[in-house]
Amino acid sequence: MSEQSDNPIREAIAEAIKDNDVILFMKGNPDAPACGFSARAVAALQATGSPFAAVDVLPDPRIRQELSGISGWPTIPQLFVGGELLGGSDIIVEMYESGELHEALGVEAPAGEAPGEAPVAGEPVAPAQPAPLSIENRLG
Amino acid sequence: MPTADDLKQRIEAALPGAHADVEGPDGVHFQAVVSSPAFAGKSRIEQHRMVMDVFAGELGGAIHALSLKTKPPS
Repeated sequence: MSEQSDNPIREAIAEAIKDNDVILFMKGNPDAPACGFSARAVAALQATGSPFAAVDVLPDPRIRQELSGISGWPTIPQLFVGGELLGGSDIIVEMYESGELHEALGVEAPAGEAPGEAPVAGEPVAPAQPAPLSIENRLG
Repeated sequence: MPTADDLKQRIEAALPGAHADVEGPDGVHFQAVVSSPAFAGKSRIEQHRMVMDVFAGELGGAIHALSLKTKPPS
Protein backbone atom coordinates (compact mmCIF):
# COMPACT_ATOMS: atom_id res chain seq x y z
CA MET A 1 0.00 0.00 0.00
CA SER A 2 1.53 3.31 -0.99
CA GLU A 3 1.36 6.23 1.37
CA GLN A 4 -0.73 9.14 0.32
CA SER A 5 0.79 12.58 0.69
CA ASP A 6 -0.98 15.83 0.12
CA ASN A 7 2.12 17.91 0.69
CA PRO A 8 5.24 16.39 -0.86
CA ILE A 9 7.23 19.65 -0.76
CA ARG A 10 6.74 20.01 2.97
CA GLU A 11 7.71 16.40 3.48
CA ALA A 12 10.82 16.77 1.33
CA ILE A 13 11.88 19.80 3.38
CA ALA A 14 11.27 18.03 6.69
CA GLU A 15 13.25 15.06 5.43
CA ALA A 16 16.14 17.26 4.28
CA ILE A 17 16.26 18.91 7.72
CA LYS A 18 16.26 15.52 9.39
CA ASP A 19 18.87 13.98 7.08
CA ASN A 20 21.38 16.84 7.11
CA ASP A 21 23.03 17.79 10.35
CA VAL A 22 23.77 21.29 9.10
CA ILE A 23 21.50 22.67 6.42
CA LEU A 24 21.04 26.21 5.17
CA PHE A 25 17.94 27.31 3.30
CA MET A 26 18.95 30.33 1.25
CA LYS A 27 18.34 32.41 -1.83
CA GLY A 28 20.68 31.20 -4.55
CA ASN A 29 23.45 28.72 -3.82
CA PRO A 30 26.67 28.98 -1.80
CA ASP A 31 28.70 29.84 -4.91
CA ALA A 32 26.23 32.48 -6.01
CA PRO A 33 24.04 33.79 -3.18
CA ALA A 34 21.14 35.82 -4.56
CA CYS A 35 20.67 38.04 -1.52
CA GLY A 36 22.99 39.85 0.87
CA PHE A 37 21.57 38.11 3.93
CA SER A 38 22.10 34.67 2.42
CA ALA A 39 25.62 35.72 1.38
CA ARG A 40 26.46 36.71 4.96
CA ALA A 41 25.16 33.41 6.30
CA VAL A 42 27.17 31.41 3.75
CA ALA A 43 30.34 33.40 4.43
CA ALA A 44 30.08 32.81 8.19
CA LEU A 45 29.35 29.11 7.74
CA GLN A 46 32.20 28.61 5.30
CA ALA A 47 34.56 30.44 7.63
CA THR A 48 33.91 27.86 10.35
CA GLY A 49 35.07 25.13 7.98
CA SER A 50 32.04 23.02 8.83
CA PRO A 51 30.45 21.22 5.90
CA PHE A 52 26.83 22.12 5.28
CA ALA A 53 24.05 21.30 2.90
CA ALA A 54 22.26 24.14 1.15
CA VAL A 55 18.85 24.46 -0.43
CA ASP A 56 17.92 27.24 -2.83
CA VAL A 57 14.38 28.38 -2.05
CA LEU A 58 14.03 30.49 -5.19
CA PRO A 59 13.12 27.89 -7.82
CA ASP A 60 9.65 27.38 -6.33
CA PRO A 61 7.82 29.81 -4.00
CA ARG A 62 6.23 26.84 -2.26
CA ILE A 63 9.61 25.82 -0.81
CA ARG A 64 9.82 29.05 1.13
CA GLN A 65 6.17 28.90 2.10
CA GLU A 66 6.37 25.37 3.45
CA LEU A 67 9.72 26.00 5.13
CA SER A 68 8.30 28.93 7.07
CA GLY A 69 5.28 26.78 7.90
CA ILE A 70 7.59 24.21 9.46
CA SER A 71 9.96 26.60 11.23
CA GLY A 72 7.65 29.46 12.13
CA TRP A 73 10.40 31.77 10.89
CA PRO A 74 9.34 34.26 8.22
CA THR A 75 12.59 35.18 6.51
CA ILE A 76 15.40 33.58 4.52
CA PRO A 77 18.09 32.38 5.20
CA GLN A 78 17.36 29.78 7.86
CA LEU A 79 20.02 27.55 9.37
CA PHE A 80 19.10 24.21 10.91
CA VAL A 81 21.53 22.28 13.08
CA GLY A 82 20.65 18.84 14.35
CA GLY A 83 17.09 19.26 13.12
CA GLU A 84 16.51 22.51 15.03
CA LEU A 85 16.31 26.04 13.68
CA LEU A 86 19.38 27.91 14.90
CA GLY A 87 18.50 31.23 13.34
CA GLY A 88 18.59 33.61 10.41
CA SER A 89 21.51 35.67 9.14
CA ASP A 90 21.70 38.05 12.11
CA ILE A 91 21.93 35.20 14.61
CA ILE A 92 24.38 33.26 12.43
CA VAL A 93 26.72 36.24 12.11
CA GLU A 94 26.42 37.19 15.78
CA MET A 95 27.18 33.61 16.85
CA TYR A 96 30.07 33.43 14.40
CA GLU A 97 31.61 36.57 15.82
CA SER A 98 31.33 35.33 19.41
CA GLY A 99 32.63 31.85 18.57
CA GLU A 100 29.32 30.21 19.48
CA LEU A 101 28.71 29.10 15.92
CA HIS A 102 31.81 26.91 15.95
CA GLU A 103 30.55 25.35 19.16
CA ALA A 104 27.06 24.77 17.78
CA LEU A 105 28.53 23.13 14.69
CA GLY A 106 30.97 21.04 16.68
CA VAL A 107 34.07 22.42 15.00
CA GLU A 108 37.21 23.82 16.60
CA ALA A 109 37.12 27.54 17.09
CA PRO A 110 40.31 29.29 16.04
CA ALA A 111 42.85 29.28 18.86
CA GLY A 112 42.80 32.25 21.14
CA GLU A 113 40.11 34.82 20.98
CA ALA A 114 36.74 34.84 19.28
CA PRO A 115 36.94 35.09 15.49
CA GLY A 116 35.80 38.72 15.52
CA GLU A 117 34.38 40.40 12.46
CA ALA A 118 32.52 38.11 10.13
CA PRO A 119 34.19 37.63 6.77
CA VAL A 120 33.02 39.80 3.93
CA ALA A 121 30.49 37.98 1.84
CA GLY A 122 31.72 36.96 -1.56
CA GLU A 123 35.32 36.40 -0.58
CA PRO A 124 36.12 32.73 -0.75
CA VAL A 125 37.32 31.76 2.70
CA ALA A 126 37.00 27.99 2.65
CA PRO A 127 37.46 25.13 0.22
CA ALA A 128 34.59 24.22 -2.05
CA GLN A 129 31.55 23.01 -0.18
CA PRO A 130 29.38 20.03 -1.07
CA ALA A 131 27.07 20.59 -3.98
CA PRO A 132 23.82 22.29 -2.97
CA LEU A 133 21.02 19.93 -2.24
CA SER A 134 18.09 20.66 -4.43
CA ILE A 135 14.59 19.74 -3.48
CA GLU A 136 12.83 17.99 -6.24
CA ASN A 137 9.55 19.53 -7.21
CA ARG A 138 7.34 16.50 -7.24
CA LEU A 139 4.10 18.33 -7.83
CA GLY A 140 5.11 18.99 -11.42
CA MET B 1 5.02 52.82 4.21
CA PRO B 2 6.15 52.15 7.79
CA THR B 3 8.82 54.40 9.27
CA ALA B 4 11.61 53.48 11.64
CA ASP B 5 9.70 55.32 14.33
CA ASP B 6 6.55 53.24 13.67
CA LEU B 7 8.58 50.08 14.17
CA LYS B 8 10.20 51.42 17.31
CA GLN B 9 6.84 52.29 18.84
CA ARG B 10 5.29 48.96 17.93
CA ILE B 11 8.19 46.99 19.38
CA GLU B 12 8.19 49.02 22.58
CA ALA B 13 4.40 48.71 22.90
CA ALA B 14 4.47 44.95 22.41
CA LEU B 15 7.38 43.98 24.65
CA PRO B 16 7.30 44.87 28.33
CA GLY B 17 9.96 47.43 29.23
CA ALA B 18 11.57 47.24 25.80
CA HIS B 19 13.86 49.84 24.36
CA ALA B 20 14.32 49.81 20.59
CA ASP B 21 16.67 51.72 18.32
CA VAL B 22 15.45 51.39 14.77
CA GLU B 23 16.92 52.67 11.53
CA GLY B 24 15.38 52.31 8.10
CA PRO B 25 16.20 55.19 5.81
CA ASP B 26 14.68 53.55 2.73
CA GLY B 27 11.42 52.54 4.44
CA VAL B 28 11.70 48.84 3.56
CA HIS B 29 14.99 47.60 5.04
CA PHE B 30 15.18 48.12 8.77
CA GLN B 31 17.79 47.53 11.43
CA ALA B 32 16.78 47.30 15.05
CA VAL B 33 18.63 46.92 18.32
CA VAL B 34 16.17 45.86 20.99
CA SER B 35 16.63 45.32 24.68
CA SER B 36 13.94 44.10 27.03
CA PRO B 37 13.75 42.42 30.43
CA ALA B 38 11.43 39.96 28.68
CA PHE B 39 14.51 38.52 26.92
CA ALA B 40 16.02 37.26 30.17
CA GLY B 41 16.55 33.52 30.10
CA LYS B 42 15.50 33.26 26.45
CA SER B 43 17.68 31.92 23.65
CA ARG B 44 18.61 34.22 20.80
CA ILE B 45 16.13 32.64 18.49
CA GLU B 46 13.35 33.04 21.04
CA GLN B 47 14.30 36.69 21.49
CA HIS B 48 14.24 37.28 17.75
CA ARG B 49 10.92 35.50 17.43
CA MET B 50 9.40 37.77 20.08
CA VAL B 51 10.33 40.83 18.03
CA MET B 52 9.46 39.34 14.66
CA ASP B 53 6.07 38.24 15.96
CA VAL B 54 5.22 41.93 16.34
CA PHE B 55 5.36 42.21 12.56
CA ALA B 56 3.87 38.86 11.63
CA GLY B 57 2.73 38.90 8.03
CA GLU B 58 4.58 42.12 7.20
CA LEU B 59 8.12 40.74 7.07
CA GLY B 60 8.99 40.00 3.49
CA GLY B 61 6.13 42.28 2.45
CA ALA B 62 5.85 45.93 3.48
CA ILE B 63 8.87 45.39 5.70
CA HIS B 64 11.28 43.81 3.27
CA ALA B 65 13.90 43.05 5.85
CA LEU B 66 14.38 43.56 9.55
CA SER B 67 17.91 43.08 10.75
CA LEU B 68 17.85 42.39 14.46
CA LYS B 69 20.12 42.46 17.44
CA THR B 70 18.53 41.61 20.75
CA LYS B 71 19.90 41.82 24.27
CA PRO B 72 18.66 41.81 27.82
CA PRO B 73 18.83 45.29 29.35
CA SER B 74 22.25 46.16 30.71
